[in-house]
Amino acid sequence: MTRTLLTGNGAAAWGMRLARADYLPAFPITPQTEIIETVASWINRNEIECRMTTLESEHSMLTAAGAAAATGVRVFSATSSQGLLYGMEMLYTVAGWRAPLVLVNVSRGLAAPITLEPDHNDILAARDCGALQIHCATCQEVLDSILLAYRLAEDWRVRLPVIVNLDGFYLSFTREPVQIPEAAAVNRFLPPFDSGNLCFRASAPTSQAVAVLGGGPYSYFRYQAYLAAMNALGVFEEIGQEFRKQFGRSYDLLDTYHCDDADILFVMLGSFATKAREAVDHLRASGQAVGLVRPRLLRPFPKMALQRVLAGKQGVAVIDQNLSPGGGFLYTELATALYDQSTAKPLLVNFIGGLGGRDISREEFFEIAAETRRAVTAGTAPLPRLLFTAAELREVRKLQAIAGSRREPPRREP
Amino acid sequence: MAYDYEKSIRPGKLPHIWCPGCGHGIVMKGLIRAMDTCELDRNNTAIVSGIGCASRLPGYLDACTLHTAHGRAAAFATGVKMAKPEMTVICCGGDGDGTAIGGNHFIHACRRNINMTYVIMNNFIYGMTGGQFSPCTPTGMKASTTPYGNPDPVFDISKLAIGAGATFVARTTAAHPREIDKLIAQGIKHNGMSIIEVLDDCPTSYGRRNKFRSVVDMMKRLKKDAVPAKAAAKMTPEQLEGKFLTGVLYHDNEKAEYTEQYAALIKRVQEGA
Ligand SMILES: Cc1ncc(C[n+]2csc(CCOP(=O)(O)OP(=O)(O)O)c2C)c(N)n1
Ligand code: SF4
Repeated sequence: MTRTLLTGNGAAAWGMRLARADYLPAFPITPQTEIIETVASWINRNEIECRMTTLESEHSMLTAAGAAAATGVRVFSATSSQGLLYGMEMLYTVAGWRAPLVLVNVSRGLAAPITLEPDHNDILAARDCGALQIHCATCQEVLDSILLAYRLAEDWRVRLPVIVNLDGFYLSFTREPVQIPEAAAVNRFLPPFDSGNLCFRASAPTSQAVAVLGGGPYSYFRYQAYLAAMNALGVFEEIGQEFRKQFGRSYDLLDTYHCDDADILFVMLGSFATKAREAVDHLRASGQAVGLVRPRLLRPFPKMALQRVLAGKQGVAVIDQNLSPGGGFLYTELATALYDQSTAKPLLVNFIGGLGGRDISREEFFEIAAETRRAVTAGTAPLPRLLFTAAELREVRKLQAIAGSRREPPRREP
Repeated sequence: MAYDYEKSIRPGKLPHIWCPGCGHGIVMKGLIRAMDTCELDRNNTAIVSGIGCASRLPGYLDACTLHTAHGRAAAFATGVKMAKPEMTVICCGGDGDGTAIGGNHFIHACRRNINMTYVIMNNFIYGMTGGQFSPCTPTGMKASTTPYGNPDPVFDISKLAIGAGATFVARTTAAHPREIDKLIAQGIKHNGMSIIEVLDDCPTSYGRRNKFRSVVDMMKRLKKDAVPAKAAAKMTPEQLEGKFLTGVLYHDNEKAEYTEQYAALIKRVQEGA
């Protein structure tokens, strides 16, 4: 085992290397490109055995990835943002083929307006495609999650593509100490891909991905994929325990911090949760019983695990780094997950922050905790609230003046 | 007196993002001069681009500009032109944007022969993402993804445009700045799909890797390899080996323009009813 400094992208490349992926179709996009460049340099130096092709877009990249996985080889690829969306058609297809592969997404906000910086609208757009999702907060977790992702994807009870998500810039380009496991130990944890009946063999032709007309067969196969995805909850817990035995690091469905005695909880995804963690320390120091929950597995959604940690809490601040009509994704999903409980439910308050890489300051976490407490006292939750300052509004006005934009609604004659 | 480019730049948008020595700035100046030559009305001119260093160009200009998604410039431009056929529509973008991820839209816009001018800046590389090879990286040349030289055959953008049905196709280079505005102006005046391919340089992601000592070196190379189409007619294939043709490569005034044909169809069907 080696301990070294790696960026999130570097850790992703190491995950792929240790997993011994056979094939990497690629297409560049910031902030992901460093991953494929790192792997390419290893192939170039003959340090790993892998075939790599650069396609002409993410659409063809994911097509090639899925097709290769369907021939029974271990496939890795990586993208970001617009690229993930452009390849989306194929994500549904590959999940439908039940072809296991691991795709890293380096989260970045979506156009328009065009941005390079992170939020989760890209990855959350993929929430219904059938691929599973693991969200990471640290560089170590990125590397480890790729190994977990292959186990999960290739498990007989699952057999689906898995997307491992890390935040662009904040994690992709931040160097952290990472333990790189020994190859032999990884090989024990993640043996070679046994593709079973998923193969193209000249002597045994099978017809894959056939069209089905009529809703019956279609419903059957989509539902089968759904059940397989739901199996991933149990399988993830199982392989998480195996991982701990092998490597000493534990990965549960949820990452929880000071939850047991808390009356208020923060719930959020990804690397920005490390900021919330630091805020929790400060709030605790000032005597407030605040905790943090960070779902690792987002697809399938760890509903029961969330019900358990949230039970008995007064207020939950759901901090969404994404925005959808109706509120943040995590907020609406969590509300659904808690609905069918007979016990008293905590009050959910939704905050939208960190869009397009906007920072969430410690003071804002304090304000989030205070606002959640106020809502608990009042007994009603306010509408989703955007974290945004007056200074930011002034900056926007300047940009609007340069662009010459005039977006006022047409004036009606009185 | 120095040419007044300032009047065409959107106030507050400079400085631009381009590296020192990048050819895209030369093309932008050429476009501004061409727009002046054609006396285009800014309020009635849409300049559309995809994503990439080249695609940043419209954002600096004071006109109706639209910076869209990677590869989609021609599709956006088609939407603008169909909605407002009276507008002058200009497309800008790189070789990657136009012929890799956006190759589909590019050829179909050519096929339709819709009246717009597409200025495609071919610097032989994906500049913005750090120098991966594009469909236009010459075989044998180095990119970050082809450390041993590019094994792939290339697209000849102008030939592709002619084959796909564009009716005005011209090529020049950043080393021929005065030809840039002349050809773009001809393209704007042409009623149909005009493709103006400008070979330019990306010192940062292409030049360094391919052992060009300087931007001047890259410009000299563009100058050396450019052969005006008229002169080429008198040259042997041996003499033309490794060269490329410049000037107007194809001009067809006969083929129907798409928005006009569309309007005529509506008229015919309505009158027939
Ligand atoms: C769907 C999608 N995939 C990938 C990217 C990343 N990307 C941005 S610019 C670019 C290539 C630009 O090359 P080119 O069009 O030749 O322009 P240049 O930067 O060389 O001027 C790529 C791949 C993106 N923005 N969107
Ligand atoms: S990277 Fe290349 S194309 Fe982009 S601005 Fe720099 S020189 Fe120009």
